[in-house]
Amino acid sequence: MSPFVEDLKDAASVAFFAFLIFGPFIGLQLGDSMSGNLTLSSRPEALALAVGLTFLARLALLSWGRHRPAKIAPGLGAKVQKGGKFIAPALLVFAVLMPLAPGLPNAYIDLGVLIMTYVMLGWGLNIVVGLAGLLDLGYVAFYAVGAYSFALISTNFGFGFWECLPLAGILAACWGMFLGFPVLRLRGDYLAIVTLAFGEIIRLVITNWVSLTGGPNGMLGMPQPTLFGLRFSMAGGPGTFAGFFGISPTPGQRDAFLYYVILALALLTNWVTLRLRKQPLGRAWEALREDEIACRSLGINVRNTKLTAFATGAFFGGFAGCFFAARQGFISPDSFTFIESATVLAIVVLGGAGSQLGVVLAACVMIGVPQMLQSLQIYRMLIFGIALVVIMIVRPRGFISTRRPTVSLGKAKAIGAALISQGKG
Amino acid sequence: MAYALQQLINGLTLGMIYGLIAVGYTMVYGIIGMINFAHGDVFMIGAFVGIIVLTALAGITSIPLALLAAFIFSACICAVYGFSIERVAYRPLRGSFRLAPLISAIGMSILLENYVQVSQGALERAIPNLIPGGITLMNEDGFVVQLSWMQLAIIVVTLTVLAVFTYIVTKTPLGRAMRAVEQDAKMAALLGIDTNRTISITFIIGSALAAFAGVMFLLYYGVIDFYIGFNAGIKAFTAAVLGGIGSLPGAVLGGLLIGLIEAFWSGYATVAYKDAAVYSILAIVLMFMPSGLLGRHEVEKV
Repeated sequence: MSPFVEDLKDAASVAFFAFLIFGPFIGLQLGDSMSGNLTLSSRPEALALAVGLTFLARLALLSWGRHRPAKIAPGLGAKVQKGGKFIAPALLVFAVLMPLAPGLPNAYIDLGVLIMTYVMLGWGLNIVVGLAGLLDLGYVAFYAVGAYSFALISTNFGFGFWECLPLAGILAACWGMFLGFPVLRLRGDYLAIVTLAFGEIIRLVITNWVSLTGGPNGMLGMPQPTLFGLRFSMAGGPGTFAGFFGISPTPGQRDAFLYYVILALALLTNWVTLRLRKQPLGRAWEALREDEIACRSLGINVRNTKLTAFATGAFFGGFAGCFFAARQGFISPDSFTFIESATVLAIVVLGGAGSQLGVVLAACVMIGVPQMLQSLQIYRMLIFGIALVVIMIVRPRGFISTRRPTVSLGKAKAIGAALISQGKG
Repeated sequence: MAYALQQLINGLTLGMIYGLIAVGYTMVYGIIGMINFAHGDVFMIGAFVGIIVLTALAGITSIPLALLAAFIFSACICAVYGFSIERVAYRPLRGSFRLAPLISAIGMSILLENYVQVSQGALERAIPNLIPGGITLMNEDGFVVQLSWMQLAIIVVTLTVLAVFTYIVTKTPLGRAMRAVEQDAKMAALLGIDTNRTISITFIIGSALAAFAGVMFLLYYGVIDFYIGFNAGIKAFTAAVLGGIGSLPGAVLGGLLIGLIEAFWSGYATVAYKDAAVYSILAIVLMFMPSGLLGRHEVEKV
């Protein structure tokens, strides 16, 4: 039998499955009749289109599989990693200069702020997942704690953004410790479900404790961040940024300022992470990720190591939450659902767990691209889901899968993805 | 007393549904060691196929026949879904980085939810109660304890499905193969068991069970939307972990416990915090029994 006939048969069977899968959902549609009863209408054209597309896609995939070169270009990740020395500073320079570009639409700075927020969250979670190897599905809890700490402290005690920022971080870190204690003995997926449960508990408490948090209606009236006491106000005048420097106020000034604030916070996260990796604590995290039993045997205090990982990750999550609340000026439980945790975790894994540069690239892809697809509306999340699956299948270890050892004898060599047995231990 | 009895009945009914979903989680976890995040959404797909079949058969006068059709059709479609999800999203990632299948599963879950939302709309869909009535068990100072026919039907159907399932797992060659792959996939493959086929069948069975749970959820509550899979999925996964993930009786036990906790918490404390109560109890149980109630204690070999 010729390969083409085989492919045709394969594609036909896939199309049959597609028919069964799409039949009830694309082929039929529920609707309401006048009398309030459910009705069913059929969409044969849509079903035929979906099945036909699946057939063609499968055929294309099979013939591509037959004709593609035996080996794909070796190690894209390795190249990126090697070029990391140049890419990272280049990205940094770009990030610093971006808002200064003349005539840049405000929307881009806004998008930049959003991406930087997720970069920061990604870097924070990277400490827990990428370095310490603890799977955390409830990272959004700390984000929420940071945001609500800021909202509650500022509205009740009249503190400004900069006073609240460290408080929010510390409170989130305390929650990290609090969460860390019960889960210390748990491993792998038990840990994952308990962190997920904690994330849900915090969201449920925020939603239901209406007298404190306003419940589903959210909270308003948080102060804006100021630059050494200078406010950003469209009114201008003394005490505002524009008034002080004698320039006319524009909304772009505030956005650019917010952008630099989150950039600085994110860089702080990165700097702390990179410094910690060179110190006993960071080395202990990485050792813990590779082999917990070996760690124990070598006298590393596993409990403290795990707790500090949770607390440090949570601390930066709290920072990001505080910034988020200040930027939005409004927070509600809707912003802290599981999908946020999943997005941040996806950014970390997609970047190649443990890689700082990878997180930046992944955040740009995961946050930037959906924002550009805004016009697709309801199809946006559908595409997001498909993209997650496809990217994972194509690059299971993320964009940057090679790793440079933190400690080495002689010259440090990058370790290929195939050699990293992370996750097994 | 009467009130407690009523909550017991409600909790058991709910727990049966959770238990059926939890079995799917625990089977998949046992056999390939991954959290199948999309399982809750397969449950949702099952409920939707159920409502579509019942709407299509609205003209039929025999309700048992319509229900039977809904159950069978939904189980078949969900089996196809489970099979395809494993082939498309999980099989290419088998033996790869541990977090990769998890992210893929989360992606699949988002995909399924939005697929149903796009194709069937975001509105809640409701059906009337198809099995009205019930038996009065007790009448205490005007408080009537009732076991509705619906609850009885759910309990009977679940027990039947679980009995068939237990028979398959414990007595048939297929079940033996499944248990062998669960214990040691490589060794099972060496001894001539087709592991890929066994894993596919595990997904098919798990998804069919989720479909049953979905249709029963639809019948019991009468209202579904595209988002029910998330909550039910997390609760069922909680149930599986509570019972000790990988343990089939544990999954059912965990499901029943979660159902009871929810019912009693709603009955005696605040409804608003019932989910929080479930999660807190999970955290507390795991603190003292890190591998769940019936889970095997893992022996670490160095």
